[in-house]
Amino acid sequence: MAGLSGEVGEIASLFAQLSLVSVGGINAVLPELQRQVVERHGWMSAGEFAALYALAQAAPGPNMLVSTLIGWHVAGVAGALAATVGLVGPCALLTYVVAGAWQRFRDRPWRRLVQAGLVPVTAGLVMAAAIVLSMATAISVGHAILTGVGAGLLVATRLHPLWLLAAGAALGAAGVL
Amino acid sequence: MAALFWGFLSIGIIGFGGVLPWARRMVVEQRRWQSAAEFTDLLGLCQFLPGPNIINFAVALGGRFHGPRGAVAAVVGLISLPMLLVIGLGSLYAAYSAYPMVANGAAGLAAAASGLVLATALKIAAPLAGQWLGIAVAVVVIGAIAWLRLPLVATLAVLVPISILLHRWRA
Repeated sequence: MAGLSGEVGEIASLFAQLSLVSVGGINAVLPELQRQVVERHGWMSAGEFAALYALAQAAPGPNMLVSTLIGWHVAGVAGALAATVGLVGPCALLTYVVAGAWQRFRDRPWRRLVQAGLVPVTAGLVMAAAIVLSMATAISVGHAILTGVGAGLLVATRLHPLWLLAAGAALGAAGVL
Repeated sequence: MAALFWGFLSIGIIGFGGVLPWARRMVVEQRRWQSAAEFTDLLGLCQFLPGPNIINFAVALGGRFHGPRGAVAAVVGLISLPMLLVIGLGSLYAAYSAYPMVANGAAGLAAAASGLVLATALKIAAPLAGQWLGIAVAVVVIGAIAWLRLPLVATLAVLVPISILLHRWRA
């Protein structure tokens, strides 16, 4: 039991650390999450990590729910709660405190400067997430093509992402990939 | 307060592949809690701050109407049912992943989800087209995180101030 409670504590502190650096949401911290969960703690393989991320995407609700799923995979319901509260708590507290002062700094020049500086960082982080995830999921040429063609379709058309996920699951289950 | 809980519960459960468009529909068009301009302004704050945008939005809106308890009601409404669903889905996957068809389906789903993240990255990067400074920063971030696998917090502590200073120097 000591080991279990230790894992729950580690999960909570891991997600709490990621909470305040998740500029642009959960996708920005995916590479770090994978590094910690797969390489540092050895809680799952890179393939399992990608599968849990995909499940969270396929379910309704915010995509930060991958935190719930990772916590649950490692330490059951306690882990799910620790991960979710750890991820949501710090940034929610910050938002609550800052929301009152938003009117005062919304139009300040430094606010726009910080935002302009953050955009390329967020873009780089999410691209890094795409690379790290794709490397784990491209287990065959067919899987790699699905990732590339799917991304192209989502960028070029107004296709709903759920159709791509459904098609991927169907093609995989049918053994086409 | 109950309205906050149920309102965010409803968008949490229908929000496949991104909850924000549904949040806008519920807050602006259906319940008329905010005008379109107020919604966009509050969303601007939530995108500026760290954390999932929709969570920040639930906190800010709930807090504006009913203080800390409103913020908690909105967030719990938003994520409680999806949490149960995603754990249910995870349990099913864990129970049946030994079957080749389920495992293959999950692998296909995962490859498609990678495509979704790639598309998201391309959309976020689109405004950087032609801005060499921004592109250079993004490339350094990609190299540090995806290739060198450096720790995120330390990387951001160095690169975010540099990016802001470079943009200030350019401006």
